Amino acid sequence: MNVQTGVAPASDIVIDVEHLTKTFDGRAVVRDLSMQVRRGMIYGFLGPNGSGKTTTIRMLCGLLTPDSGRGTCLGYDIRTQARQIKRHVGYMTQRFSLYEDLSVRENLEFIARIYGIPRPVQAARDAIARLGLAGRGNQLARELSGGWKQRLALSACTLPSPQLLLLDEPTAGVDPKARRDFWNEIHGLAAEGLTVLVSTHYMDEAERCHEIAYIAYGNLLATGTVDEVITAAHLTTYTLTSRDSAMMTRLTDELAHAPGVDMVAPFGNSLHVASRDAAALERALAPYRQQPGIDVAKASASLEDVFIDLMSRAQDNFQ
Amino acid sequence: MPHSTAPPLKGGGLWRRTYAMLLKEFIQLRRDRISFAMIVMIPLVQLLVFGYAINTTPRNLPTAVLLQEHTDLGRSILAAMKNTRYFKVTQLPRTEAEVDHLLASGTVLFAVEIPAGFERAVRRGDNPSLLVIADATDPVASGSAVSALGPLVQSALSHDRDVMASSITTPFNVEIHARYNPAGTTQLNIVPGLVGTILTMTMLIFTALSVTREIERGTMESLLAMPISPFEIMLGKIIPYIVVGFVQAALIIGIGIALFDVPIFGSLLLLAVLSTLFIATNLSIGYTFSTVAQNQLQAIQMSFMFFLPNILLSGFMFPFSGMPQWAQWVGECLPLTHYLRIVRAIMLKGSTLPDLRYDTIALFVLMLVAMTIAVTRFRRTLD
Repeated sequence: MNVQTGVAPASDIVIDVEHLTKTFDGRAVVRDLSMQVRRGMIYGFLGPNGSGKTTTIRMLCGLLTPDSGRGTCLGYDIRTQARQIKRHVGYMTQRFSLYEDLSVRENLEFIARIYGIPRPVQAARDAIARLGLAGRGNQLARELSGGWKQRLALSACTLPSPQLLLLDEPTAGVDPKARRDFWNEIHGLAAEGLTVLVSTHYMDEAERCHEIAYIAYGNLLATGTVDEVITAAHLTTYTLTSRDSAMMTRLTDELAHAPGVDMVAPFGNSLHVASRDAAALERALAPYRQQPGIDVAKASASLEDVFIDLMSRAQDNFQ
Repeated sequence: MPHSTAPPLKGGGLWRRTYAMLLKEFIQLRRDRISFAMIVMIPLVQLLVFGYAINTTPRNLPTAVLLQEHTDLGRSILAAMKNTRYFKVTQLPRTEAEVDHLLASGTVLFAVEIPAGFERAVRRGDNPSLLVIADATDPVASGSAVSALGPLVQSALSHDRDVMASSITTPFNVEIHARYNPAGTTQLNIVPGLVGTILTMTMLIFTALSVTREIERGTMESLLAMPISPFEIMLGKIIPYIVVGFVQAALIIGIGIALFDVPIFGSLLLLAVLSTLFIATNLSIGYTFSTVAQNQLQAIQMSFMFFLPNILLSGFMFPFSGMPQWAQWVGECLPLTHYLRIVRAIMLKGSTLPDLRYDTIALFVLMLVAMTIAVTRFRRTLD
């Protein structure tokens, strides 16, 4: 899939924002953020905790007003047309925000009525059947398991047939099976033409997105497909493997302080070492190549390597 | 313009969204057993407590008698006092200092002093004074007993033909000193007053929690992301409790009639209409607190800060006319003040709307002010 197409028709740009800035108590949470998301995309929004992901999503759906910057969401101005945006955007909050003291059916009927869906009772019944919760419609939302709560929340978001879904860490705290089901549903929705912007911490989820954006300390650091982001990072990566755990500990310590090494991360019996300066990394690793018991192999950078590197660089620049 | 795949917004959206909101509130209220119990139990308990446990015409009040002389007249006055069953002579002090102490310590609520040479002065027609000192810190307690003293004099002396014959008017004065609180209140209107007080308390708390609860539970973020306006949210949250308040008012008045024979001289319809206005006013004020408070605890605190002056300055506890001017001005700004006048006037005096137009308008204005503040204060965004 070619994501770097130059000029898309204006109506195909679902989110188009420029220079968004939001400050809370003198602290910039989002700084000069510009992004474009095309129709039908699953757009992954990544970044460490407190990086401004939630704030950005809230600005996109009119829940927060940006201090500066401009933009449109579904063609509506994010500053002045919040009401229209709300009608056509499904926003799934980070924390479960349906009514726990209402039943599954009552929650869905409430949403159907607010959005003016014709025949709300029928619409809720259909949604319950699609969810696979038939027979459990009268169960209170608080009695559902974490995975079911997430699926109910997603179902509630999609009930009013939105054109854009904003999902804020939808799979936090959900088991791997439920996560996979959830992502299959998201892909199904995108195939129907829905645009999805989803924030996450999970690398495997990032890799399931059509395009990703990495944000840290309020700054957008990288955008593009997973491959593009990895390539653009220009990371040279090696894996050092040893069965001797004492040796591994020593290696970790030594390499972390070696000049030119940007990242050292242990993974079981192996060590990921990465650097933006390939020559410097070669020099740093040279002494270990000849040591018995250590296996040094060239590796390709993973998305996680890239993100950790981006994050540490952002830390240097902005803190 | 974006092409829409969603069904177009239906007409009459305001009522549809408000209906969705109030339906949700009703379901939540029904599930909330404690709140539900509160709606019924508060009026019931308060009424029974005020109606039965708290007797506004108390009997057997502890009384001290200081006898400066021992005569038949003195004895017959004392006997008459006992016969009223208001007074119970528990102390026989010897000096006035002792009397003062007994009153100050609360050992007795009344002290009767029959001065030396009292009987002789009566027979001479000197019109002497019989001193009765009442502890009026609780005017409700002492009020009835004090008012019973007048006829008592007559009955005490009816046995004493000599005295009755010697003078046409009362042969002596009963001089009553109401100590600590010279003003007394009337007690006829406990039930009408309770209607207002209970409604104020429950209505305030229900709506004061309504918005903060959504914020604390995290549901407000979803609600704000939906196409519903602050005004619709407010209506949806207020209307269910108008029904609740109405049921409460009916309950209180019903029990008042059934158990305490409280009369309703005026129009029941007018009472219902103006009670609804009062309920809506309190709900609006509670809702305003809810939009200002950061959490449920703060909302409760604000409700109580508002509830106290309502109780104290509205004329429920103390007579309105007895308050200093500034307190009366404060009282005029409280909905309970106006409602108490309305409910007492309709129930006990049979007043009609033209008589009550000032208080009706005042309630209406208070409601509009509260609603305006609430809608403007309501945070449409999370900023």
